[in-house]
Amino acid sequence: MMATVLSGDLPRSRVLALILLAILICLALAPFLFPGVRTVDTAARICIFIVLVASYDLLLGYGGIVSFAHTMFFGIGAYGVALASTHMGRGFDAIFVGATAGAVLAAALALLIGLFSLRVRAIFFAMITLAVASAVAVLVSQMSGLTGGEDGLTFKIPRELGPAFKFGDRFMGVKLNGKLLAYYFVFFGALILFLLMLRVVNSPFGRVLQAIRENDFRAEAIGYRVVYYRVAATCLSAAAAALAGSLYAVWLRYVGPDTSLSMEIMIDILLMVVIGGMGTMYGAVIGATLFVIAQNYLQNLMGAASGMFEGLPVLPDLLSADRWLLWLGVLFILSVYFFPTGVVGRLRHGK
Amino acid sequence: MRGIVQADVDPMTPPILSTSDLTVRFGGHVAVDAVTCAFNAGELTAIVGPNGAGKTTYFNLISGQIPATSGSVFLRGQEITGRSVAQRTRAGIGRAFQLTSLFPNLSVLENVRLVAQSKADQGFNLWSMASKHTELTQAAEQILSRVRLLDQAAQVVSELSHGDQRKLEVALLIALGPAVYMFDEPTAGMSVDEAPVVLDLIADLKAHSDRTILLVEHKMDVIAKLADRIIVLHNGALAADGDPATVMASDVVQEAYMGRELEDV
Repeated sequence: MMATVLSGDLPRSRVLALILLAILICLALAPFLFPGVRTVDTAARICIFIVLVASYDLLLGYGGIVSFAHTMFFGIGAYGVALASTHMGRGFDAIFVGATAGAVLAAALALLIGLFSLRVRAIFFAMITLAVASAVAVLVSQMSGLTGGEDGLTFKIPRELGPAFKFGDRFMGVKLNGKLLAYYFVFFGALILFLLMLRVVNSPFGRVLQAIRENDFRAEAIGYRVVYYRVAATCLSAAAAALAGSLYAVWLRYVGPDTSLSMEIMIDILLMVVIGGMGTMYGAVIGATLFVIAQNYLQNLMGAASGMFEGLPVLPDLLSADRWLLWLGVLFILSVYFFPTGVVGRLRHGK
Repeated sequence: MRGIVQADVDPMTPPILSTSDLTVRFGGHVAVDAVTCAFNAGELTAIVGPNGAGKTTYFNLISGQIPATSGSVFLRGQEITGRSVAQRTRAGIGRAFQLTSLFPNLSVLENVRLVAQSKADQGFNLWSMASKHTELTQAAEQILSRVRLLDQAAQVVSELSHGDQRKLEVALLIALGPAVYMFDEPTAGMSVDEAPVVLDLIADLKAHSDRTILLVEHKMDVIAKLADRIIVLHNGALAADGDPATVMASDVVQEAYMGRELEDV
């Protein structure tokens, strides 16, 4: 049963299994275990980034394809929901239409970029994606009539997913309102998408992707048309990223270039994939969880640490909350140095 | 021996594989020079020639890794010159490489399983679990037991010895089971006790099927034992073609292959 849900791809390490189980339980019960606007917001971001990072892992870790357009696909999904909700009015139909249109558009764009560039060389694809992503980001901020430009779009989601909607009194001290439902919308959406991707990477198709990553020359010589598989992987990954973007839009009730299209997110995704472990899917869970928590709480933690060392020379300055990005960088370098195969690789093989 | 094999072939059926004026130029260098040659079903042809004669390049033109400058390749009478490597593989041209080309971070079993999966046309199956296709695993295990690698099935390829990697290289081709087998120095770098395993496999293929086999090989004793026919490439051109005894005794082989060519340069 469990093996079927996980598509036969078990964690293969007791410690990893325990960590994953802990993350699953924490995310599933986040509103009850960690009540509070900020903590629940962090949990929702973790769910969304797990999907986003997993979809990138499908491309990079399994297919060996480097893309810099992943946030673009993420943004397309987010803007899809925002535009549909703005123009069709609030409702689940708008979310559905927006998410579907976003995923289809993302896949179509990926198909186009892939057919143009993946025939030649994988590195050429990386450069094209960078160019297209930059162009789209500029386009979105310029077409302010449609996209709201730099300000982005604020829109209404169905009443059932808003804090004003109440469906009962408190349960375990938590208000039973639409925000809680919105969290579970995000959580289950992310869970289903993740399990679907886990399914794909363990299918015969997923095995071909791994073969292509390992040796595209030989993959072709045993009868796999490499370019078709690369293009298909790109489309799938783009569609999954777009759906993650749709979930993000539903959660934030806002889209803007900074939240869904910026190059910074692209770099974050790369870091999360590498920290968690490429080509493992579970690495996306670990990487996204660690990274989002660090992003949200490192600043506080350092502020506290800085306070602790008050009076001592240098230390308080070094640990000042403003320096959190420096320490995030240090953490990243250390993790790559000590876990070159990511946390999951380390836990599985002990090397 | 060649006469017997040819007697089995209906003179009206086209050769399984043929090349016509096949040429490739790299800049000013003509690596393969207008080679016209036909290969019949059930025949094992050894391709010999000194280093740099264009044997591997000729292979690359047939299996599609390098596009031809001019000339054509035909499979069962159909032109395949413009087709991709994968299309040629699916049409029946299988290749093992001189420089071992495997999937280094996957298991030995997975390497062969991928070939079985390609043959079963399951590559675009996105939904089922690869591990549940037991028929593919079994097919792969059978091939591994034929090349005596079954004990190493679970090992990662990059950890295999050189000899075992060479055996796996051959195993991938055998798993593919094409109409035309192309072996490019299959025993290169193998130890004296390992080489016979591969040579026996090739002999077995020849004895028990009507498949066409092209073999690039340097060891003359191996050629003498296995080949129905020898073609000699020299400076990219076809220098001799015929049954082993005649070709090996001919002047062109003595000059072009046995190392005497340096004298007349």
